[in-house]
Amino acid sequence: MSLPPLVEPATELSVDEVRRYSRHLIIPDVGMSGQKRLKNAKVLCVGAGGLGSPALMYLAAAGVGTLGIVEFDTVDESNLQRQIIHGQKDIGRSKAESARDSVLEINPYVTVQLHEVRLDSTNVMEIFADYDLIVDGTDNFATRYLVNDACVLLKKPYVWGSIYRFDGQASVFWAEHGPCYRCLYPEPPPPGMVPSCAEGGVLGVLCASIGSIQVTEAIKLLAGIGDPLVGRLMVYDALEMTYRQVKIHKDPNCAVCGVNPTVTELIDYEAFCGSISDSAAEAAKDSTISVRDLKSMLDARDRGEDDFILIDVREPGEFEIVAIPGAILIPKGEFLDGSALSGLPTDKRIVLHCKVGGRSAEVLAVVKGAGFSDAVHVGGGVLAWVTQIEPEKPTY
Amino acid sequence: MTIEVRIPTILRPYTAGEKLVSAKGATLQEVLNDLELNYPGMGERLIDESGLRRFINIYINDEDVRFLAGLQSAIGENDSITILPAVAGG
Repeated sequence: MSLPPLVEPATELSVDEVRRYSRHLIIPDVGMSGQKRLKNAKVLCVGAGGLGSPALMYLAAAGVGTLGIVEFDTVDESNLQRQIIHGQKDIGRSKAESARDSVLEINPYVTVQLHEVRLDSTNVMEIFADYDLIVDGTDNFATRYLVNDACVLLKKPYVWGSIYRFDGQASVFWAEHGPCYRCLYPEPPPPGMVPSCAEGGVLGVLCASIGSIQVTEAIKLLAGIGDPLVGRLMVYDALEMTYRQVKIHKDPNCAVCGVNPTVTELIDYEAFCGSISDSAAEAAKDSTISVRDLKSMLDARDRGEDDFILIDVREPGEFEIVAIPGAILIPKGEFLDGSALSGLPTDKRIVLHCKVGGRSAEVLAVVKGAGFSDAVHVGGGVLAWVTQIEPEKPTY
Repeated sequence: MTIEVRIPTILRPYTAGEKLVSAKGATLQEVLNDLELNYPGMGERLIDESGLRRFINIYINDEDVRFLAGLQSAIGENDSITILPAVAGG
């Protein structure tokens, strides 16, 4: 399938621009016409993180005339392993501003528009309205469904990519010409069932592998060249070094782009995706202690005045990076499959913790369900512990 | 018949880290039953009471089984199965 160019050509390229883009201009399929289309194009990148970094840098270098950046976060040291648009000197700065500076350093002819807000149902339509195409560099399901639905309603192409550890996926969703994200995955997983990169990790350079596919597809759509990745899912495995393709069909029963859509306006995406399951939220209610409470309990236990078992439900690799003294490791999966339950002491209170409190709340629901009604979990997890109790220890 | 099933990263804890496993069955349902037999707990991650979970896609070769016959999709001798859950990292 080929599609007509998304953007009309700009009236001209300056002498300086011709010199800058000469390696594009001498490709017959791009030429002056294609480069002028890129100059006239307005592309919005949602997120200036792992995928957004290479995407923004290559879109800028390619000569896309207007680049929008949606980003509300600040640069953290743990971002720099993969978010190459930011540098050491940017730690603590606004990611949007840091990304803008890098874009302009790469190509001063780009007009950058910053949207330093958290994208939600109230602002997405207004922000997207100005752009020809949306590149997705977000890191959570709620924003991905929000971006998809807004793109369907606004009839705009959505260049999507997703990464985890050594695996990446990419596609172009465009309901006008093929399937949307909901045709591929009708519903998000329940909270806690699919780990995020913050929980499971990601190979830094994987961002470039998938981000470069996204930019390639954006350029093809803008200039109207080649066969777009519409109706196809590209699946990349870095360890095997393979790219495989599977078909994505337009689902006639799709909730947003199907024959009889049930989603005809934006919904509450946080509620749709949830950040924590209902059972976990219920279990954590009135059974959450602070890291300061935990410190007092540990001190009392050392004095022989208290007794409990502190269980870290993270993965072994995380435990190795940093741990709370006195904690024993039993990963979340061993609670979910039930294997850990028989080994739990019945004569001691159970105290659970994880990285920030999400996984321990999920395990708390399981443990309480198994009859350990006085179990608690530590709000904020080991990260809060390091911040408030042992600031000399590393975070991740 | 025995066919090859490609296991995604997030389900590899059930297969002791194996990425490619063998399973038997003439339909997808039979293959998933066989997987559950050899890798207890995996079935529940793929299927709930209403069928294939909505954030899990299973492909026979490059076709999404939701657009074939779902869990009743027939498995041929040279087919391969790929399980792909939604991930949101970026």
